[in-house]
Amino acid sequence: MSNSPRSSARRSRLAGTALVIASILAAAGCSNLGVKPWERDLLADPDMQLTVSAVDAGLDDHIYFSKEASSGGRGFGGGGCGCN
Amino acid sequence: MQLNTHGKPVGRALAAATCALLGVQATDTLAKGEPGEWDVETALLVYAESDSRVSAAEPVVSATRNFDGERQLNLKLVADTLTGASPSGATPSDLPQTFTSPSGSGSYDIAAGEAPLDDTFKDTRVALSASWTAPLNRDYTYRVGGYASREYDYLSTAVTGSLSRHLNNKNTTLTGGLSLGVDVVDPVGSAPIGLSRMALRDGKTDAQFNQEFAATRDSNDNKTLVDALFGVTQVINRQTLMQFNYGISYSSGYLTDPYKLLSVIDDASGINYGGNLIETDGNPVYLYENRPDTRMKHALYWQTKYMLGNGDVVDGSYRFMLDDWGINSHTLDLKYRLRMANSYLEPHFRYYLQSEADFYKRYLTATEYNNGAPTLTEASADYRLGELTGLTFGAKWGYRFDEDRELAIRAEYMIQSNDGDEGFGKLTNQDLYPDTDAMWVQLSYSF
Repeated sequence: MSNSPRSSARRSRLAGTALVIASILAAAGCSNLGVKPWERDLLADPDMQLTVSAVDAGLDDHIYFSKEASSGGRGFGGGGCGCN
Repeated sequence: MQLNTHGKPVGRALAAATCALLGVQATDTLAKGEPGEWDVETALLVYAESDSRVSAAEPVVSATRNFDGERQLNLKLVADTLTGASPSGATPSDLPQTFTSPSGSGSYDIAAGEAPLDDTFKDTRVALSASWTAPLNRDYTYRVGGYASREYDYLSTAVTGSLSRHLNNKNTTLTGGLSLGVDVVDPVGSAPIGLSRMALRDGKTDAQFNQEFAATRDSNDNKTLVDALFGVTQVINRQTLMQFNYGISYSSGYLTDPYKLLSVIDDASGINYGGNLIETDGNPVYLYENRPDTRMKHALYWQTKYMLGNGDVVDGSYRFMLDDWGINSHTLDLKYRLRMANSYLEPHFRYYLQSEADFYKRYLTATEYNNGAPTLTEASADYRLGELTGLTFGAKWGYRFDEDRELAIRAEYMIQSNDGDEGFGKLTNQDLYPDTDAMWVQLSYSF
């Protein structure tokens, strides 16, 4: 059965490996990336924020949390609900 | 209203530049943050599903007080009123079906061939959250927050904390966060015992029914949630910003949906033991669902923002989630912000694909029901745990009166479709996986 302890452990290992790879890539690659402080004009634009509207994001997260089996990723789930 | 506009563009640009990369999630209103002012975002969302299912109205007020360039307090209030019908999990039948309402005080009938929807839902939810973000020193920023929401049958609380470390001239931000939550589940009519059989009032005295109903009830229950998040935010170049997160979430306690049912189907003929078979005690055969009491989820999330040469902004993200219930999912989200002089138009597309939980069963067979001693310990027919595809198309239009005030309208349309075991015999005449269409429209004003 696919939820056997072995399968769960494999999934956890997979996620762990992905995390390690991502961290290594981030650590190795990030030092060569980026901009000088005076080159932040475009990045400082409100439309370039990762979450432009927290209200939109919160409302959508709540809808998808209520209608799907997945949540989170961008941040914490944002609170539970009955959502029957 | 902002009266003093002298020097504002410079102050604003400085504040925004300083704050642009603080934290995984806290970057939303930082760019607006003028020291000593409140930034307020208000919205009203109206949500409706096809076939008179759930509809909701949801007002939101979010206010952020900026104390200086980097310290800020956010308070958010959300309310929603929800009415309508929700799929109970039972299958349609070639005969009419009668179900006991969750409270036990009434019942509802479903016509032959119709999807069993429980139309007794009506709820109001109020959610409050607060967070405080501030620098510890030049290299570190912390954020602490709290959350509480209350609805008729559910109370949710959580505290969160995160710490961000800035590196490489703030081109790289590493963030670690933790959230601890306790939810109190207090279902109407108390929580049913998992896989117990639904009692029906028809032809019984109140005392008889009450005794039978009480025998299917358990005490109310709680669940606890622990979430941890690790994130890297990286400036790639002058036009590109990227984020990579790994989130792990562990919940334990009462994770079952107290209002969801399972039908039992005859192995040979495909006849529904709900509408067709009333056993000697006068009750049809519907079982209350039962889920595992723990769940571990992992989510990998990647997001990129890119500003084109013409000033338009592309926002793309992908999330992969898997859990020990056997569910994995892929979520792709794309937005393109077309920027004009004082306004913008942002088309949106989202694709979601989910595999089914190991214990997802569209129905139980009579063999699995085993005359009341089920051969399974966990089963749920909740379509949200089944194989699911979701497509969302939307657009947002916004108008900026000045640097502070913005009016926006947003509309989204979602189509969810399920797939799975189509049944056998007579059951194949029934539509076991109807689509769910939902639409929401949101009007926002920020100042």
